Amino acid sequence: MLIPERVAVRLRVNGEETALMVPPYKTLLEVLREDMGLTGTKHGCELGECSTCGVLVDGKPFLSCLSMPLDLEGREITTVEGMSADGRSHPLQVAFAELGAAQCGYCTPAMLLTAKALLDRDPHPNRDAIMEALAGVLCRCTGYLKIFEAVELAASRAGIPAR
Amino acid sequence: MTESTEELSIVGKPLIKPDAFSKVSGQTKFADDLALPRMIYGRILRSPHPHARILRVDTSRARAHPGVLAVLTGEDLPIKFGILPVSQDEEALAREKVRYVGDPIAAVAATDEWIADEALDLIDIQFDVLPAVMSIEQAIVANGEPIHGKSNVHKTVALEFGDTDEALRAAAHLREDTVFFEGNTHLPMEQHAALAQVAADGKLTLWTSSQTPHYVHRALGKVLEMPMSRIRVIATPNGGGFGGKSDIFSHELVAAKLALVTGRPVKITLTREEVFYAHRGRHPVLMKVKTGLTKDGRITAMQFQSFLDGGGYGSYGVASTYYTGALQGTTYAIPRYRFEAVRFFTNKPPCGPKRGHATVQPRFALETHLDKVAEELGIDPVELRRRNLPKPDSRTVNWLRITSIGLEECINKVVEGSGFLKRRTAMPPGRGLGFAVSSYLSGAGTAIYWNDMPHSEVQLKLDRNGGVSLLCGAIDIGQGSDHILAAIVAEVLGVSLEDIQLTTADTDLTPIDLGSYSSRVTFMAGNAAKSAAEKVRDRLFEVAARALQCDPDDLMARDHRIMRRNRPVEGLDFAQAVQLAEAQGGVVTGTGSYTPPKLVGPYKGAGVGPSPAYSYSAAVVEVDCDPRTGEVRVPEVWIAHDIGRAINPMLVIGQVEGSVYMALGEALMEEQTFRLGLHKFPSLLEYKSPTALEAPIMHTYLVETIDREGPFGAKEAGQGPLLPVIPAVANAIYNALGVRIDEVPITPEKVLKAMHDKAKRVGPKSVPAFDFPPLISAEVPDEWKGK
Repeated sequence: MLIPERVAVRLRVNGEETALMVPPYKTLLEVLREDMGLTGTKHGCELGECSTCGVLVDGKPFLSCLSMPLDLEGREITTVEGMSADGRSHPLQVAFAELGAAQCGYCTPAMLLTAKALLDRDPHPNRDAIMEALAGVLCRCTGYLKIFEAVELAASRAGIPAR
Repeated sequence: MTESTEELSIVGKPLIKPDAFSKVSGQTKFADDLALPRMIYGRILRSPHPHARILRVDTSRARAHPGVLAVLTGEDLPIKFGILPVSQDEEALAREKVRYVGDPIAAVAATDEWIADEALDLIDIQFDVLPAVMSIEQAIVANGEPIHGKSNVHKTVALEFGDTDEALRAAAHLREDTVFFEGNTHLPMEQHAALAQVAADGKLTLWTSSQTPHYVHRALGKVLEMPMSRIRVIATPNGGGFGGKSDIFSHELVAAKLALVTGRPVKITLTREEVFYAHRGRHPVLMKVKTGLTKDGRITAMQFQSFLDGGGYGSYGVASTYYTGALQGTTYAIPRYRFEAVRFFTNKPPCGPKRGHATVQPRFALETHLDKVAEELGIDPVELRRRNLPKPDSRTVNWLRITSIGLEECINKVVEGSGFLKRRTAMPPGRGLGFAVSSYLSGAGTAIYWNDMPHSEVQLKLDRNGGVSLLCGAIDIGQGSDHILAAIVAEVLGVSLEDIQLTTADTDLTPIDLGSYSSRVTFMAGNAAKSAAEKVRDRLFEVAARALQCDPDDLMARDHRIMRRNRPVEGLDFAQAVQLAEAQGGVVTGTGSYTPPKLVGPYKGAGVGPSPAYSYSAAVVEVDCDPRTGEVRVPEVWIAHDIGRAINPMLVIGQVEGSVYMALGEALMEEQTFRLGLHKFPSLLEYKSPTALEAPIMHTYLVETIDREGPFGAKEAGQGPLLPVIPAVANAIYNALGVRIDEVPITPEKVLKAMHDKAKRVGPKSVPAFDFPPLISAEVPDEWKGK
């Protein structure tokens, strides 16, 4: 095999426009982690089965392991690194830390972003809606309960400035 | 050692753990998040056959592939290794034979992962395919060439404590049950990864997602034939372990060798499919249990047999074999006990320790068995347990020393919380309640390599501004060990968590901790941390006492101050005290070590089971069964855990809830099974595990017994609470539908089959004929003589 061909791609990630030259077969997951250094996005299967690689595209949960960067030009991509703003953690991040909702922390970025998409759409979801929204993201540590509680805590603090 | 909670300012509080914000911000660097300049990628070629001789490996086409920098075969790493000294039976890359689909054969390093993958396809191997052994029954029949040596039997055990035959003959009530626990796997969300770098002076560094960097360090030294002083192993935070990262893995040795051969940093990250082959998970175990009781339900003797399906290599299997018979007596006072076990090699990925290490399967057998016994005796299942509880500060008939026991209180909590006794006889159709109890180790009392050195060590260095550097070999695998270490040191020194700077699991920098396995870190590293902090505190008290003209015994450390107990206004700032101590005696450091007491009984095999303290758990599970489909849902769980003392109750509850979740997955859906030698489900889609939608309501009760040997009285939390949940599910299904599923996982098919079965049961009918070795009659402790 020769040195892989590279194509130009413009991505908007966490509000910043970036121009990159990447092999066209690389997934968004790989480009985020390997070409942009955004290793907060994790991989669990790279087959679209576990949602560990979840990011937001235009505010909606998206599996970065099944997405091709060229398809996402002009879209707004958010990773866990983009959740905090002005040095302040997002209320979901604070609630996850306070309640011990991140044990090993590996599914946490995808869990947080998926929860953020839910709260952005429904600021005060009930437990069933939280369970439904997070059902695609696998966690092996927590048994999910502290995650539900953290989402509820963050929702209850809506409008209160983050720390 | 039993400070009252009122005096504690950090221990016992639900504080935010030190690594929490790094985790929620995505900043925590897991092994695959690391990258180095000039880094290249390694990939491993694995066997497509469950059992075959390797006749020829031709790597010439792969070596010629552009972008390939190195190709390794078994000849490059010929020295065998294994986690246990008695089972050095693995090769980093197989030389003569492959023993399961997924067994590593060759490896490639290339400038990117795609090129490495292409090169794997260019390696030509000729196999002589051998008949595969895929079950316990096939292993016994042993058609064809054994997997290792002369027989497929890996390990046998035959022990007897007192004359069980005599006691069973005399028993008023006898019952025998045969059950099967299917294997399953850990499924951490993070795939294993390792990154190796060789410095210009030839020194090797390996970053790896390992629960046991110390043992990886040893194995690298052995296999690479390098002095351990020339190797540095750094464990990265584990993205989940559950026991699955506590072995030595091919990719760790291969990454190191590829880095040595190429002079470039080499990273190998397993694919999800490869993680299923790395395995070391729950053994499939077939078990027979026979118990004799008095007519009022007191156990007089027990005979327990285990048949373990071990997979292709030894791994922790010798220990696993003993563990299937070790802890029966820590929950029940059993006066006479016989234990026979055999572990077979089979052509599957090697089994090893998963959360509850080989005590989970016998716990399922024992707790479903006693549920049936209780019904036959007309005693409720709770009362039957109460009549057989061991006493605190006692010894089991197989010599396990018990300190504190909070089992009775655990039982009370879940029975009262769930209304078990009243509700179980009046459940609506399809609903049922089940009950079970368990115990687990707070760390293995013996090390893998027997020696007199400590199991955990901690070093502290105080900074002039009052900061505290804490160094310890323990690695956080999500259980919160970083918090435990920091909280204990902050408590003793009277500083806050933020003042503690942690450096963990780096063989160049940190003193030994044997690893994050066997639920040992809180107890052992926690004790070492406490001892180190107390030594440093004593030195500060000495200089402070001189400055304050008082007795050091009059002093306390709290709120960043060292002050007189009775006159707290008289005191020094913590940093001031450090400066005084440094001025008078130089750098302020302290070390602490923990060596468990020698608790090994006087018989061969007594090294597996002893622990400085045992945790206890009790569970009530409610099930909602659909008799038309056989589906079982778990809406609610009550679980109580004797934690000794919760250093951080929030983290303990997190461990308990995670254990319950993992147990429900094992009880109802998770299985690592094979078809024609191939893993049926090597993917996250097909290997079923519970999602957020399956999460039950959980009521968690922490019982604090303040163990006299634990740090601040603490015992373990990470594994024990998993144990009672699986049998409680099975017992609840019986309560709901009147069927006995004596086989885990309890799938809808099995429930339906049992409902249509004449005996209302699914499960093994008997154990196969097997000649166990002659029983070794072990001496029994004095307190059991004549009973």
